[in-house]
Amino acid sequence: MGHEIIRMTDIVKNYFIGLPNELHILKHIDLTVREGEFLSIVGASGSGKSTLMNLIGVLDRPTSGTYVLDGTPVGKMTDDQMSGVRNRKIGFVFQTFNLIPRNDALKNVELPMLYAGMASGTRVRRAEELLELVGMGDRMHHQPNELSGGQKQRVAIARALANDPPILLADEPTGALDSETGRLVMDLFHRVHEKDGKTIVLITHNPELAAETERIVTLKDGAVVSDRAAEGKAVGRQCS
Amino acid sequence: MFLKENIQLAVAGLKSNRMRSFLTMLGIIIGIGSVIAIVSIGGAVTASVSDTMAGIGANMIQVYVTPREAQNTTTNVTVGGNNMDESDLITSDQIGSFQRKFADEISAVSLEEDVGVGKVQDGHRYANISAVGANPGYREVSNVKMLQGRFLQDRDVKAGRRVAVVSDKLVSNMFRSRENPLGREVSMNASGWEETFTIVGVYKFERSGMMGGAASADKDVRTQMYIPVSVAKEQARYQNYLYFSLKTKSVTDSQAFSKKVDKYFSKIYADNSKYTCRSYDMENMMSSVTSVMNTISIAVAAIGAIALLVGGIGVMNIMLVSVTERTREIGTRKALGARSGYIRAQFIVEAVIICLIGGVIGVVFGILLAWLGVTLIGMKLTVSVPIVLISVGFSMLIGVFFGYYPAKKASRLDPIEALRYE
Repeated sequence: MGHEIIRMTDIVKNYFIGLPNELHILKHIDLTVREGEFLSIVGASGSGKSTLMNLIGVLDRPTSGTYVLDGTPVGKMTDDQMSGVRNRKIGFVFQTFNLIPRNDALKNVELPMLYAGMASGTRVRRAEELLELVGMGDRMHHQPNELSGGQKQRVAIARALANDPPILLADEPTGALDSETGRLVMDLFHRVHEKDGKTIVLITHNPELAAETERIVTLKDGAVVSDRAAEGKAVGRQCS
Repeated sequence: MFLKENIQLAVAGLKSNRMRSFLTMLGIIIGIGSVIAIVSIGGAVTASVSDTMAGIGANMIQVYVTPREAQNTTTNVTVGGNNMDESDLITSDQIGSFQRKFADEISAVSLEEDVGVGKVQDGHRYANISAVGANPGYREVSNVKMLQGRFLQDRDVKAGRRVAVVSDKLVSNMFRSRENPLGREVSMNASGWEETFTIVGVYKFERSGMMGGAASADKDVRTQMYIPVSVAKEQARYQNYLYFSLKTKSVTDSQAFSKKVDKYFSKIYADNSKYTCRSYDMENMMSSVTSVMNTISIAVAAIGAIALLVGGIGVMNIMLVSVTERTREIGTRKALGARSGYIRAQFIVEAVIICLIGGVIGVVFGILLAWLGVTLIGMKLTVSVPIVLISVGFSMLIGVFFGYYPAKKASRLDPIEALRYE
């Protein structure tokens, strides 16, 4: 196992801070993820897993506690600094794909590289490679509305890999897909994990998907109630 | 910031929603179009007026008898008021002694008496004319270019001879091409006055901007027929003169000389309680034309500004709608690492592109409109390149101004909220 890529210490997230009905969403979370791990965060809705994902993904700041991402403390950054960290360190995969409309698959994959300031030629070449990798090489110039759900999610994964970030953060990536295409997407994650050694954090409420990962962190009412190695992790290996 | 990508993005966005984009642009199109149209038409009219005036000559001064209360306005010259008396007008003796006194500065004095419009006819041949009584000085002051024969002379005026100087147009209408018109007689009927005149000279007719209407066919064009002023006076209501014009020897002194003329005639009219004399030089007249044009321009600029303001608000409105519609997209972009400056630039560029395209369409539309208007009144269209550039630049500025607020709003969206937006 590699070094600690995510280290969250005593993370608290409250909403309506200072008001009488202050909400305590995350209560003193400690979470450490090593480089190359494939872990899932599970929990019922309202357990705080979305809030935790937003914090891991540097979309939000904790109320208190420290978060060191790949050696960089990110708790007190400005919005633009946070944008920069997301751009370089995190590859997002969303449940609803969130491809940019009116931009073809290639342009969508180029986007994080554009924000990173990469030159146009390099950008296009890398985007083409990534689309080939996810098996979308023949649909590079299709608009999102011309793609099926599974195809969209594959483009989204290619986009998440664009800047070669150390972490992929996937929020219910198969939630909007049927079981067959969902299987294909999961296989893609396994492949990326095994071939490139990417750290993958999968947020899900589906125990079957969680069982495919190496480690399952269970949240309940804003606290980690279980953190264990998954028993059936061999299942994913067989499929890939 | 990522200008090329932003422009491509904006154009793709506009294309995907053509009708809405067009309606958004309409305010800008109308604003820019109306400004371009009026400025171009105004430019054509001003150019035409100055052409006409330059044709008359910059060193020309006109002297009018004017009512005392109106003497400070240049635009409201009452010519031939009903309560005028023969003694209120300028006599030819007064003009003669005036001319002798300033002989060093005056190159010619022109007297004229309008007879009216009519035609000369010989069987089925005819020519439209406007009969004007003139003295020999008329030729120099009004720049009449002789082709054949001579202009009217002092002896024609003194003897009241029935002679006429006609245009080459009249000649081509009335005579066969080889015929010598000099010495030929023509029968004129103008304002009910029938008289026969002997042609002594032919001048070259020049269509000037103001007088040559586009409507009349070449054959029917009305040209002036000059007859001795004394002959015209036989039919006139007043024997003395309501006005006369003169040409100074030097162009630069005409304004100064105009003041001397005023002084000279105000002495003569000192005892007249109702009327006085006032001189107008061309610069004076030009400035009154210019001031009318300026007033019109300001009015149109105000209308254009209002249209552009309304157009700009329309652009802002549609940009706000666009920001709301694309909330998720903005959230995604932020999640992927877009800084707020980039999001702001993206929306400002889009607003600028809308306004730029609107501005360009507006310019084309305005020029077409101006061309139509100018062609209808028979003038030539001149498009001012600086005005076009300023208009397009200004419409882009509107894009920046009215696009800024929606863009700012977009850039400040919280990525978590935006990603959750349905």
